[in-house]
Amino acid sequence: MSFSLIVRRVAGAAALFWLVVTLIFALVRMAPGDPATLLVSPSATADDTERLRAELGLDRPMAVQYARWAGALLRGDLGESFALHIPVVRALADAAPVSLALGIASILLTFAIGVPLGLAQAMWRGRAADRIATVATAAVFAAPTFWVALALVAFFTYGAATIGLPAWMRLPAFGVRTPGVSLTGWADLIDVARHAILPVATLTAVGAAGVARYARTNFADVLGLDLVRAARARGASGARVLVRHVTGNALPGLVVLFALTLPGVVAGSVFVESVFAWPGLGRLTLSAIAARDYPVVLGAGIWYAGAVIAANLAADLVLPMLDPRRRSTAT
Amino acid sequence: MKPRSGWSTLDRPSQLAVVALGALAAGAVLVPLLATADPLAIGDVVARKLLPPFARDEAGGFHLLGTDRFGRDLFVRMMLAGRISLAVGVLGSVLAAAMGTVVGALAGWNGGAIDRIAMAAADTVLAVPRLVLLLVCAALWQPGTTTVVIVLAATGWMGVARMIRSEVAAARVRPYVEAAGALGVPTLRTLWRHVLPNAIGPALVATTLGVGSAVMLESGLSFLGLGIQPPAPSWGNMIAGGRDLIVSAPWVALAPGLTLIITVVAATILGDAWRDRLSGEAPVRALADRA
Repeated sequence: MSFSLIVRRVAGAAALFWLVVTLIFALVRMAPGDPATLLVSPSATADDTERLRAELGLDRPMAVQYARWAGALLRGDLGESFALHIPVVRALADAAPVSLALGIASILLTFAIGVPLGLAQAMWRGRAADRIATVATAAVFAAPTFWVALALVAFFTYGAATIGLPAWMRLPAFGVRTPGVSLTGWADLIDVARHAILPVATLTAVGAAGVARYARTNFADVLGLDLVRAARARGASGARVLVRHVTGNALPGLVVLFALTLPGVVAGSVFVESVFAWPGLGRLTLSAIAARDYPVVLGAGIWYAGAVIAANLAADLVLPMLDPRRRSTAT
Repeated sequence: MKPRSGWSTLDRPSQLAVVALGALAAGAVLVPLLATADPLAIGDVVARKLLPPFARDEAGGFHLLGTDRFGRDLFVRMMLAGRISLAVGVLGSVLAAAMGTVVGALAGWNGGAIDRIAMAAADTVLAVPRLVLLLVCAALWQPGTTTVVIVLAATGWMGVARMIRSEVAAARVRPYVEAAGALGVPTLRTLWRHVLPNAIGPALVATTLGVGSAVMLESGLSFLGLGIQPPAPSWGNMIAGGRDLIVSAPWVALAPGLTLIITVVAATILGDAWRDRLSGEAPVRALADRA
């Protein structure tokens, strides 16, 4: 891929990011209510509110406010949280590791399970096993994430007690660590890992169901190509066909899928973190919404949108390396 | 080429999906009307609260899915919630498609600056995950049924807009459109009679598939307390209502999810089957909406 095309792609992504940031700014300003009235103490006078408006620059023309806000954003300054009284960047950075830990574990498992499942389904298309897997993945993918989470909790608490599973199989459902116990070293790690099983399982189940559904179609398309039939006709072994012919042709589709899944990893899951009480970015966003803490809501939104644009850009740049047909400078 | 139509041309899964959606819609309308007990009223709480599925209460009333913490029948409430959840899902998806059709037709027909602005707007909204947009909007405006429908439409129009745009742009240069123009047919009438009927197929598929994701998103917002507000029941807020009982009476939270899953699966099957007839491509983006 030519250098100028790379530059064009990056510039396009940057322009898109700027549009998104503007959209988000516009959304806040379209919303009813004045941030200043939310910030002042209930006993404040109209004068106090006015002073705060001046301090925040809310009395300036919209264009000036926009320029200031965008300028601060360029310096990596997302403002200060109304509720937490710390910089928004700090609040996001504090919550990110929790979301990242859950996200990385689950995206690895999602692809490790979903891709082979989709491939197996594509190879044995129409057989009973494929049909069962199709129904199962459709049902899991149609279930809301929070419902899957609650179903897992119900099974490992209520269900485990009802059918009498051994105590070690009754997994902890809420929080990151067992409350009231201070553990160190390996014991602490094992405690956290046990708490992580259900959230990771939820994200993996929903993710793998979606990936398998997509991978099945993707692999089925590739397996139907003439080049695969030609390779078989030449007497190439099944394994050789898979490695030499199918993998390369299926890869671009999987890369696109990965790029679509990746932003969720860095942004955290609102539902899983909410159900399992993990203090990540999703939960931070939710509590910010409840507290009308606009700077944090916006910061999280910008962070997520930035991740989506970055992942798409990365896929755009990687795809031509995998697929010569995409190397033309036409688009 | 006109797609074949009629019941017998549907494959088995599609037939099941039609039956399931029909039964759910009928149940949502009829069950609360026929139920002996008022699904919103709270009766003898002590005797009737948290009965498990298939239980009978002290008066002999049968509870297919059990009762909630106030002794209200979950099956009847679930069907009542179906009215709101299905209506919001269908309305949100149809409004989104209508908006997308208008934007796409304008962009495709006029081209030039209008086209570029419309498509830049579509790309911008597409770059933000739909759930994030929904959360931001829900945070900024008063949560409620109207807000949910408007926000679903405002965040769901882009796919249809792009499809209609490319179809309209392609149809615009066809001889029959030129002929219509030469005969002095007004532009709007040309669009409506000659261009859109050829472009509308993929948009209808997207609408059908959109019902599933709209129902899902509504349930998510309502689960988080940002969508349909109790006491009006929706599937999402019913699941939220049973959340703190999940370790002691899990059916309260899990039961309303069953109809939700059936609805989404059925809408997906129908949309997929329809798309296969028109041979479009799979909407990968649905995967990204599942944060």
